[in-house]
Amino acid sequence: MSGKRRDFLKNIVRGGALAGIAGICAALGMRKNKYQCNGQCGDCKPDSSAECPMGGDGYVWQIDPEKCTQCGRCATHCVLAISAVKCVHSYSMCGYCDLCGGYQRSDAKGRTTGAENQLCPTAAIRRKFIEDPYYQYTIDEDLCVGCGLCVKGCEMFGNGSLYLQVKHDLCVNCNECAIAAACPSGAFRRVPASDPYLLKGGSANA
Amino acid sequence: MRKIFMTAKTQRHKGGAFSFLRVFASLRSITLLLWFGFSVSAQAEFRFPMPEFASGYEHPLVVMPAPSTAMVGWDVVVLLSTLTLAAIFVLKRRNRREIFLLTLFSLIYFGFVRNGCICSVGSVQNVAAGLFDSSVGVPVTVLIFFAAPLIFALLFGRVFCAAVCPLGAIQEMVAIKPVKVPPAVEKVLSIVPVIYLGLAMVSVATGSGFLICRYDPFVGFFRMGASFPMLLVGGLLLLLGVFVARPYCRFLCPYGVLLNWASKLSRRHATITPSECIQCNLCADSCPYNAILEPTSEKAPEARGTGARRLGKLMLLVPVLIVIGTGVGGLLKDPLSRMHPTVALAERIAGEELGRYSTTTIDSETFRASDTPNEKLFEQAVEIKSDFAVDGRWFGAFIGLVIGFKLIAVSILRKRTGYEPDKGTCYSCGRCFKYCPVKEEKT
Repeated sequence: MSGKRRDFLKNIVRGGALAGIAGICAALGMRKNKYQCNGQCGDCKPDSSAECPMGGDGYVWQIDPEKCTQCGRCATHCVLAISAVKCVHSYSMCGYCDLCGGYQRSDAKGRTTGAENQLCPTAAIRRKFIEDPYYQYTIDEDLCVGCGLCVKGCEMFGNGSLYLQVKHDLCVNCNECAIAAACPSGAFRRVPASDPYLLKGGSANA
Repeated sequence: MRKIFMTAKTQRHKGGAFSFLRVFASLRSITLLLWFGFSVSAQAEFRFPMPEFASGYEHPLVVMPAPSTAMVGWDVVVLLSTLTLAAIFVLKRRNRREIFLLTLFSLIYFGFVRNGCICSVGSVQNVAAGLFDSSVGVPVTVLIFFAAPLIFALLFGRVFCAAVCPLGAIQEMVAIKPVKVPPAVEKVLSIVPVIYLGLAMVSVATGSGFLICRYDPFVGFFRMGASFPMLLVGGLLLLLGVFVARPYCRFLCPYGVLLNWASKLSRRHATITPSECIQCNLCADSCPYNAILEPTSEKAPEARGTGARRLGKLMLLVPVLIVIGTGVGGLLKDPLSRMHPTVALAERIAGEELGRYSTTTIDSETFRASDTPNEKLFEQAVEIKSDFAVDGRWFGAFIGLVIGFKLIAVSILRKRTGYEPDKGTCYSCGRCFKYCPVKEEKT
């Protein structure tokens, strides 16, 4: 085969490859995503049933607290040394109980707040007296490892006001979340970065 | 939620502690617990409604930091500018030092600043997921990261590998004492990335996850933390990389397969010599990647006709290889399907039911707690397995096709009058440039 003819064929194949890549990208780039419009991306009106166009803001991982079964893998499977999953406390759902099922072991012998009675392995739950008999519980995120032990306790004995969420100041947003791949209850899903939390108890801070 | 509090207010309890003890007490009796649960759900959503505080207490706000998206736009800008710079350094300036500095920059930016995660190598899976499943959207950034290096390879060769890919960059840094791998070994091992690519595609097509991301050996270093096996594999690869330059790029990288094909068609490609090769042989040992092709000898190596006959035979062999690949791929159904979590869970549950295991796993416990009947899980697993049977055949056929084409490529002898880079495997790293004594002609 002469060099000229080979170059000609090569040009055709190269053109075809370029067109193919462009075609794939165009087809995928135009595709609408499956999330319903929440009006936050600014590209469409709120409450319209239209689907948001892909692009602009990306997608991030989040835990659906309704599906989470507190298996403990969030603490062990995150690619970060200390998991990006942290316990979140919905104050509006909390009963402010003295004996808190998330704070203390279920077999706590006395009503002391001594370390031996605490459920959290890293003592990340802070307890503050408000007024008799109510206490406020706060999560120290620097200490929280996302093990979900308190979440389990709170779900069992309390209101379920403690729950796990991926904290996006920590999450590196992997292409495939290592925890999501290991999650036994399918609680992880992608959510739009403009609305990156699946909060319990209604609006963000209520 | 507010509404619930209002309705519950009429039945205020006298303190969390008392109710909590009541729960503990009720735990002793399942019936009591059931009664308690029902009564709660009947009156309100919460067991212990939020108290009304006499002291005027107001609860603190929960901080929910938003994800940082500021870098995403920059990533595309940095990718396109580093690719352009790499092409200029390789083709116009022919300067190894500049290429190396750009590689260092890419290692720092895409590696350590961006934690190795927006990466062209992994983007193949997102694009594949979009192609296999019409409900999956692919962000524009990911599409650009997939397409730009391939388009640059079609035009200028693998300049992405040379100076942009952080995985290549980290290996480039440790390639201190490269030894020559026998070309035959190199050729045989070059099928491994194709198999890896095929497996990754099967994994995406069946919804088993992103293998390439899961087994990315160097991302643990970029993030400064990973599981021990991951760091061990990455460390061993880097150690190997001291002697065998770029082991991941050459013998594993699935995206490199696509770049290899694209680069073979490249419009302009890095050349060893800026002008005419004088066959001085000085560059021959400069390439640590076996990517320099020697000039062919003057004498015709074989009689006319032998080559054509061999080519004909190999062309007949290609469909045979595809058929064999399809058969083997179909047999891989069972081992392959175990990478899908549902199939793995179904096998675990079945094994536990048969008493094969003495313990349960988190997965099997969670499944049992979900009250899904076993039969439903088994049905799903069987369905997924049949997907694997189909995808496994495609995978086998693909591998057969690639092996066939590789054999044909090896058998075709092209005349070369000088030392040339192998356009497919050359990473355009520029090491050979300074070995060439020929100076650029002034035009």
